[in-house]
Amino acid sequence: MKLQQLSLFLENRPGRLEAPLSAIAAEGINILTLSLADTAQFGILRLIVRDWEKAKRVLEQAGWVVNLTEVVAVDVLDRPGGLAEALRILEDADLNIEYMYAFSLRRGDKAILIFRFEDPDRAIQVLTDKGLHVVDGEELMSFVP
Amino acid sequence: MMPVNTSPAGQPHPMWDRAAETMPRAEREALQLERLRAQVERARRVPFYRDILNHRELGPHSIRSLDDVRRLPFTTKDDMRRQHPLGLLAVPRKELARIHGSSGTTGTPTFVGYTAGDLQTWSDLCARFLVAGGLRPEYTAQVAFGYGLFTGGFGLHYGIEKVGAAVIPVAAGNTRRQLEIMRDLDPEVLICTPSYALTIADTAREMGLEPRALPIRIGHFGGEPWTEDMRREIEEQLDIQAFNNYGLSEIIGPGVSGECMARTGMHIQEDHFLVECLDPETLEPVPEGEPGELVITALTREAMPMIRYRTRDIARLYRDPCPCGRTTLRMSRVTGRTDDMLIIRGVNVFPSQIEEALLRVEGTTPHYLIEVSRPGTLDEVHVKVEIHPEIFSDRMDRMQALCERISREIQTVAGIRAHVDLVEPRSIERFVGKAKRVLDKRGLTD
Repeated sequence: MKLQQLSLFLENRPGRLEAPLSAIAAEGINILTLSLADTAQFGILRLIVRDWEKAKRVLEQAGWVVNLTEVVAVDVLDRPGGLAEALRILEDADLNIEYMYAFSLRRGDKAILIFRFEDPDRAIQVLTDKGLHVVDGEELMSFVP
Repeated sequence: MMPVNTSPAGQPHPMWDRAAETMPRAEREALQLERLRAQVERARRVPFYRDILNHRELGPHSIRSLDDVRRLPFTTKDDMRRQHPLGLLAVPRKELARIHGSSGTTGTPTFVGYTAGDLQTWSDLCARFLVAGGLRPEYTAQVAFGYGLFTGGFGLHYGIEKVGAAVIPVAAGNTRRQLEIMRDLDPEVLICTPSYALTIADTAREMGLEPRALPIRIGHFGGEPWTEDMRREIEEQLDIQAFNNYGLSEIIGPGVSGECMARTGMHIQEDHFLVECLDPETLEPVPEGEPGELVITALTREAMPMIRYRTRDIARLYRDPCPCGRTTLRMSRVTGRTDDMLIIRGVNVFPSQIEEALLRVEGTTPHYLIEVSRPGTLDEVHVKVEIHPEIFSDRMDRMQALCERISREIQTVAGIRAHVDLVEPRSIERFVGKAKRVLDKRGLTD
């Protein structure tokens, strides 16, 4: 039920984002979605790719420090309040979101969001119990290009 | 090169202790010899010195001329550390009147003890350079040095009182408040580090004050290396006369030497200190006027009779007469160090302290670089640490916590605030052999 996310450390200066993206592009790896957290000095690039093992190998061989994290993809109704509802469920269950970002694709009337939890297994349980749909890797890969 | 005489023609040169400061050379040398012998005798009360002196069969009888000082052993910072905390005392602990300290190459300070007599001597020494550089009993002096283990604040404070001038002990920091106090109380004299003098000028402008219109006329600056360019800058911005002074806590603190109105170098208080200038490699004296390491014997210190202390400071010595009439040896500015010590905003910092701080945070060594710069008037330290898997997290809060933790450890061990910059793997240059850990971009040598 969980997805593998790759994180990279980047210095916050011109050209530093392009380099790792080119490195994986050269291997024909497409990025499904990404997010970037940054401070004035450095950034953390988080990537969801189809073949994460290959991408990790390519990036590490090129010298980046790559961290592997399990994240949870959830689809919510793409309408006002859709996300708020999911967040309310998490809040009621006292589940802390470390960070989240949106998927670039929509599926029908659903938007897909990526969540990073301290305890992803419990989060999946809570979300599923409350009727939200957790999208697993295989399902995700079946509809993205 | 030495600055030219900037003293206005015909102005008298005030002195605190004219007899001592203008003593004929031969007479002073006889005094130094007598005091050196007495100091060797006193040093025998310190087990560290007694063992060496006995082993080499040396005693006061071995000192027949001042040149015989070269038969005596050196004392280094390492020796002080091995005698931690107060193994070098020549008096019973109960006779101490004060203990100061300075940062060592690790997190532990080295302590220096003073008897009541030492404190009197020290006040007199500070009074000498303060008066030489224009302090008068009717003046008020604002001390913006740190008061604490650091010798700057208390040393100058008591020197000013000795002269009979008024002290405003503001201590370091809170620049706006410094300026408000200066505006209210009209001190003629400012005491601080040279870089802080420039900060005061900058802050005055920010507050809408004209720095040249501030009441101060004279500045006595020390505690960190500076240049003639900086002196011109300070004098121009604040419309004052700026004087340099030198000292180190291991010997006594400020007061080892200081400039007079002629500003031809800093007059060494030779009746209290025997100063050698040696080639740090061969340990042979360098020709007069050539740069070498200053090695100082404290001739009158009671609590800690420091023998041939290797200061690691590089300077030049001059014997030619000074227009002020003082007959002492003079020293140039300190132009460098024989070790890797840095002085950051007046605080002595060794790269090994930064390394020690990093070692306390798992996974942050071995690749780091200390960058020192002076973007405005104050020193800034950036410690670059290469990221690697052990310390990398996808969570920003953890990464920021890591930076803060490193910064806190540096503050604890080295006593300075440093910016921690995490950098990409292999972005810090690799060296074969000894790694270069410091990049000093301040350009502090003339």
